[in-house]
Amino acid sequence: MTPQPDAGGHFGSYGGRYVPEVLMSPLEELERAFCEAREDPAFHAELDELLHTYAGRPTPLYFARRLTQTLGGARIYLKREDLLHTGAHKINNCLGQVLIARRMGKKRVIAETGAGQHGVATATVCALFGLECVVYMGEEDMRRQRLNVFRMRLLGAKVVAVSNGSRTLKDAISEAMRDWVTNVATTHYLLGSALGSHPYPLMVREFHKVMGEEARAQIQQAEQRLPDAVFACVGGGSNAIGIFHAFIPDRSVGLIGVEAGGRSARLGEHAARFSGGSPGVLQGARSYLLQDENGQVSLTHSVSAGLDYALVGPEHAWLHDTGRAEYVSIGDRQALDAARMLSQTEGIIPALESAHAVAEAASRASQAKGQVFVVNLSGRGDKDIDIYRENFRELDS
Amino acid sequence: MTRIGRLFENLKRSGGKGLIAYITAGDPTPEHTPALVEALERGGADLIELGVPFSDPIADGPVIQRAGERALRAGTTLRKVLDIAREVRRRSEIPLLLFTYLNPVLRYGLEALAKDAAASGIDGCLLTDASVEEAGEYVRIMRAAGLDTVFLAAPTSSPRRQRLVAQYSSGFVYLVSHTGVTGERETLSDAVGPLVRSMRSITELPLAVGFGISRPEHVAELGQQVEAVVVGSAIMHLIERNLDNPSLEVQLESFARELKHGFEMAKAGAHRP
Ligand SMILES: Cc1ncc(COP(=O)(O)O)c(C=O)c1O
Repeated sequence: MTPQPDAGGHFGSYGGRYVPEVLMSPLEELERAFCEAREDPAFHAELDELLHTYAGRPTPLYFARRLTQTLGGARIYLKREDLLHTGAHKINNCLGQVLIARRMGKKRVIAETGAGQHGVATATVCALFGLECVVYMGEEDMRRQRLNVFRMRLLGAKVVAVSNGSRTLKDAISEAMRDWVTNVATTHYLLGSALGSHPYPLMVREFHKVMGEEARAQIQQAEQRLPDAVFACVGGGSNAIGIFHAFIPDRSVGLIGVEAGGRSARLGEHAARFSGGSPGVLQGARSYLLQDENGQVSLTHSVSAGLDYALVGPEHAWLHDTGRAEYVSIGDRQALDAARMLSQTEGIIPALESAHAVAEAASRASQAKGQVFVVNLSGRGDKDIDIYRENFRELDS
Repeated sequence: MTRIGRLFENLKRSGGKGLIAYITAGDPTPEHTPALVEALERGGADLIELGVPFSDPIADGPVIQRAGERALRAGTTLRKVLDIAREVRRRSEIPLLLFTYLNPVLRYGLEALAKDAAASGIDGCLLTDASVEEAGEYVRIMRAAGLDTVFLAAPTSSPRRQRLVAQYSSGFVYLVSHTGVTGERETLSDAVGPLVRSMRSITELPLAVGFGISRPEHVAELGQQVEAVVVGSAIMHLIERNLDNPSLEVQLESFARELKHGFEMAKAGAHRP
């Protein structure tokens, strides 16, 4: 396969740059800064040091013995991104991008957040580097991820409530883009997933691919072989592309992306872009999009704020069309049940997003005796405790 | 040549300047729009940008966002906007420019839109989020149907990008007066002067300036530098404040007239000793 993306940021026919002209030169500037940093050993040395001593890399690859026994099939390993500082994989990308922002001399950082994990990770790196931080978050997400709103504020960030549209991630991204259009000269937009215009999908992947590189070495150490399948949840697609990337040349390794099946397969009740969407352009990139027959973007639903978004990252669209990765969806209820199962078999309370990946792996495990599965446990579940309480009332008396 | 091209030729010959009025089609309802367009034309608007509402308008400020939401709630689609254009064409030869985002256009289909838009009396198209890098096929198809493609140049555009924007544009080039979203402003930014001078050295195409222009004094100031000015949010704000007011059309007409008068103010000012 030819290396992706091309010089214009295209993964096949996906990705690219679809933004107002005002943002084109800033994207070019960002691309230059990123490409220079990539070639600079001092940049890598500083990033590696931060990932190691501040964020807690490498993360363990943990053999989930009781989960494996309970399911009675494939041997299941968990890549423990939930153990990273701030509680999710998002910090990998934030540390990388904040160093880029510093190289560009930007003193102000803005971000969008859905589940609040990216907002927390952004607020964290801004505190670490003494930068002003503004995070846009949909009102609905602020309600359901209250803990993270307070964490961001405690870290010194300003959280701006977005009350447009569905009041979720998509609307937060639009508002962040409007801020960026207005304040381009001083501001870096620290986008939190493998979304948006070139160079974001490439840059975010590069900062997250360490997950797959570690996991690939770790599984060979543990099992003396490659896994049969790697599972990851797909919101915008950053944790998934990060763990998939190192395995793409390993044709024997199945790559399984898990989207949010929400309440039902009806448009508006899920965020399964591949089964329910079609190619379109939103917020800077071309990819699979949930839209109506007039090209208006559909509302989405997922119990998990981090997966509740109408467009999938463009590299996933390309992996889908080429057949290299497979995309499925898991509904709200299955994800909740998987979270409870993992909590009680392994003593690990996962983020609701990650629980979608656990659920898909669990559903395949019993048919896969002798196989080895790796599941990306992208985040921990503290932020979701209120939702777990609402859904497991019987535990809360 | 489209009606847009002829408009700028006439302006050049007469030494006049053009007032471009943006209106979100379908606000408050698709049925209202033709009468609002006609009111703007009576007041002196020379070209109408017909905004097609999109669910996620990243380049728009609150006023046009709200206009788009009302229009979408009223059932406005790209197809209906073409019907509106056809309705306007029954009585008027005012140039019409579709103004929207890429996704509704892709969903409609580029070939289908080019054909249907031309048949509906549309003269050209401007897609806010179609960068020149991604616009090759779109430009080819629109031009083949005899439609103009207008692109934006911004104060942040490098000289290389300014040349690309000029190369991909026909009819006129739309200069964004400041970095930011659409919306009314108290004062004009000084970024536009250098952008105008730079574009003049690159292209012969007429130049229009938009974003933030809301008062006759702004029109007066810019009228000395460019061939046309665009007023959008101020018009949509007036519509929003008078959604149920029977005098809306009269008010729109007189607002357009005041804006247009800005060009006269500029001339008078220039002649003062
Ligand atoms: C723990 C966790 N996993 C996954 C996601 C989904 O994002 P992505 O698909 O970019 O990994 C989020 C987003 O908020 C998250 O917090």
